[in-house]
Amino acid sequence: MKATAQRESHLSTNRPPRPEYGAPEVNIFETKDGYVLEAEMPGVSKDGLEVTLEGTELTIVGRRRSEPLPGEPLFRECSPADYRRVFELDPAIDTAKVSAKVEQGILTLTLPKSERVKPRKISVD
Amino acid sequence: MNGLTRWQRPEMVMWPGFGRLTDLRDEIDRLFETPLAEWARTSQLLSGWTPAIDIYEDKDNLYVRAELPGMKREQIEVSLHEGTLSISGERKGENKHEGAEVYRAERFFGRFQRTVTLPAPVSPEKVKAQYQDGLLTITLPKTEEAKPKRIDVKLS
Repeated sequence: MKATAQRESHLSTNRPPRPEYGAPEVNIFETKDGYVLEAEMPGVSKDGLEVTLEGTELTIVGRRRSEPLPGEPLFRECSPADYRRVFELDPAIDTAKVSAKVEQGILTLTLPKSERVKPRKISVD
Repeated sequence: MNGLTRWQRPEMVMWPGFGRLTDLRDEIDRLFETPLAEWARTSQLLSGWTPAIDIYEDKDNLYVRAELPGMKREQIEVSLHEGTLSISGERKGENKHEGAEVYRAERFFGRFQRTVTLPAPVSPEKVKAQYQDGLLTITLPKTEEAKPKRIDVKLS
């Protein structure tokens, strides 16, 4: 009985109470050298970005650093929430070589495959 | 070496999938957390790309902000005609990943246009637009006549 209670409380603390984050739209491509991930994060500059790798789990977080508009809102469609999305990576990715850049609100991650899994041509003597 | 194992395409075996990238809970949370207005925008599969906009007002200016990530300045057009502001442009899909396999394609490409009927008259020659971090911010100063004025009422 006690165990159940503990488990539930553990679950509830695990869940974030509010939608502080929205998931950004992404495009993902695979090329022979690796993967490219592009995420739409308007309002996020380099300082607001956090890309973390834990094992094969990749987490991207983008915090909006743009100045809020002055005055009173008349019409609102843009979400004020920050961005967050978690991806499970192909173990073939060489996590040491992952690189990121952000340009006009688009985060581009380059995830190269490690050399050992790339197709190789073996010459015949 | 215990002999050769049967060859399998590595991505078939090792790819738990960008398909499962966002876990289901994220996806469900997203469903419930998305405001209706957002759904109206994202379910525009037929109409293409409709960038989100905000409109703000203070006593001197109107402000319009549009989320236009990944554009070049020259691809954005802003025009003002008889109290109607129009933002349009085209975001081109890049061919740099030609021949690549696509795992996710959630981003919109192509033409867009949004028009806003301004709630107050503005001075067209003083309008300023700025594009930074994928956000287009337009500041439209109100005409002198449109600004709120204090009128002193003399009581006799």
